[in-house]
Amino acid sequence: MTKSQKKDLIRIIVVGCMLAALMILFHTGVIPELPEGGYNFLGLGLFMVPYIIIAYEVIAKAARNISHGQVFDENFLMLVATIGAFVVGEFEEGVAVMLFYQVGELFESIAVGKSRQSIKELMDIAPEYANIEVDGKIEQVDPDDVGIGSVIIVRPGEKIPLDGIVISGESRVDTSSLTGESVPRTVKEGDEVISGCVNENMTLTVKTTKEFEDSTVSKILELVENAGSKKTKTEKFISKFAKYYTPIVVFAALAVFIIPGCITGDWFMWLERACTFLVVSCPCALVISVPMGFFAGIGVASRMGILIKGSNYLESAAELKTMVFDKTGTLTQGVFEITEVAPAEGVTENELLETAAYAEQMSTHPIAEVIKQRYAEIGGETNLDQLRDVQEISGHGVEAYLRDEMIMAGNHKLMVKNGIDVMEQVSVGTICYVAKAGKYLGHIIISDVVKEEAKEAIANLKKEGVAQTVMLTGDRKAVGEAVAKELGLDDVYTDLLPSDKVEKVEELLKDDSKRKLGFVGDGINDAPVLAESDIGFAMGAIGSDAAIEAADIVIMDDDVRKIATTARISKYTLGIVKQNITFALVVKIGIIILSAFGLTNMWVAVFGDVGVAVICILNSMRILRKKNGFLK
Amino acid sequence: MKYKYELSEVDCANCAAKMEEAIAKIDGVEEATINFMAQKLILVADENRIDEILQEAQKRISKIEKDCEIIIK
Repeated sequence: MTKSQKKDLIRIIVVGCMLAALMILFHTGVIPELPEGGYNFLGLGLFMVPYIIIAYEVIAKAARNISHGQVFDENFLMLVATIGAFVVGEFEEGVAVMLFYQVGELFESIAVGKSRQSIKELMDIAPEYANIEVDGKIEQVDPDDVGIGSVIIVRPGEKIPLDGIVISGESRVDTSSLTGESVPRTVKEGDEVISGCVNENMTLTVKTTKEFEDSTVSKILELVENAGSKKTKTEKFISKFAKYYTPIVVFAALAVFIIPGCITGDWFMWLERACTFLVVSCPCALVISVPMGFFAGIGVASRMGILIKGSNYLESAAELKTMVFDKTGTLTQGVFEITEVAPAEGVTENELLETAAYAEQMSTHPIAEVIKQRYAEIGGETNLDQLRDVQEISGHGVEAYLRDEMIMAGNHKLMVKNGIDVMEQVSVGTICYVAKAGKYLGHIIISDVVKEEAKEAIANLKKEGVAQTVMLTGDRKAVGEAVAKELGLDDVYTDLLPSDKVEKVEELLKDDSKRKLGFVGDGINDAPVLAESDIGFAMGAIGSDAAIEAADIVIMDDDVRKIATTARISKYTLGIVKQNITFALVVKIGIIILSAFGLTNMWVAVFGDVGVAVICILNSMRILRKKNGFLK
Repeated sequence: MKYKYELSEVDCANCAAKMEEAIAKIDGVEEATINFMAQKLILVADENRIDEILQEAQKRISKIEKDCEIIIK
């Protein structure tokens, strides 16, 4: 509790005791009540004391706001309502209503403080200092003062303050606050490290590559803090609603007081009803709990490595109906791997790989690298002295001599050209045919590997109500269609240039403009597509400024399943926000109707104002509690 | 230029919205956002007149919430 909260608590207790004492004195007859019809000035005087103690701030605020021309705020409503109670001679109620109003305000302030705290903790990734070495001694400095290329020391348990490259040391690094990935990453000399991660077990020496301002951690914090600037439809609706709602209620209350008052002549009764009406009308519950719900949703998402740039994107993620994927780097790893080694009859796998590795020895093509790597993995060694006359034949492959035997590795055309009789294979990958001394040895298939989690990711999205999944790729038809089939995608468009991708997305958007369309890509060549779609997701954005700039939602690690997670968080958040709106409106309107018929009293009205606000705030805080429940 | 300031004692979300509106109307302010949960004021404003703008913003804030201050580091 803060100081002012403690002060309020003491005041509430004191006034509570005074009120109880006065009520006992009156009801036991120690202070005599006047006969019906007269006004009890002694009571007024006695109850005025606790009233002033508890209400002076409200009175002051109301007076100040009126002097600024802002009449209809909650302080004014409370003041009018309680003064009304005094006028009709209900002193106990007058004090009690103000007392409960203050209790509610205190609860509200504690609840807001608590949720602010938990959001702060979620985002507690900002490093306080950086260690630099000066004359052999380690000094702590403000990360803002560290220039590019400085050498910093990160001890175990400390946060990495700036992005950089490890120049010595090897350690495990906990990236969970940035990516939501709980398995620590091991980094060693030459590896990049990202600010905001926690160094776990050994000291690291890091050469910085970015200033603090441009470091990942600053970017993320700024993004989250700015998230409020893009307001959701719900938030806009609520602030508009509050603007008209309060004055309408005030005039309605006046009408409730004057019209039946004139007709029946029973002014006291209708004044009391009008006051009840006023108290319950405060829109606070909505005005606080709606933005708070969205903020909590964004906070939880960022804890899981999903950065959402505005609450409007969080809102639309629940309505995703079409999801468009870029293939390479999103559904596939974008890295070549050997998926099949098929030696011909009578040839060993070893001989096939050895020959291929020798043939590709001089090449730096990614496919050559993969073959050489595989050969090394099975324990093979290459001796360059045995190799001569390496010749690359463009569009075909490589020919060379190994221990005086002619070897070759390349595509089917290469085999045909050299008169080697072999059936052409059909495959989604790139096929490397290998031959030695005029004899076919077999083929190796190298493909871009589909991410393990991609299939699950698409199935999860279907579960979240995405009706259409589409893949766009610049790759060949055979490759694209095979991947799409394997993953269970609905549509696939192949052989696309980057500009074709924009066109395709535009077409899909035109098909049904009401349905929200999401696009996910690795963010590098996709900026226009990311901008065109309703929600642009960028993948694997660590360190990539382009992706952070262009996308609406950034997925910090490469896990494509996080799109479904985003949809889940979005739905849960919207659910809670809708619950709050419905609950607050139903209770308030209910009490307003009851009060117009005199079926309720001021006590109920106070619950309808502050009680409802506190319940809505507590409800919003459930989003923060459900941290790991969204992974499923 | 974009500026970011912390705010003390933003107690009510409705007031934050009112302050946001009031500050956005100051001459020279392009965009004003108050993040109620993070208690931050984010301003996009004319850099030549920022001091004057801040003073005016503080004045307008005080009118709405007396104890709320822009913390200028």
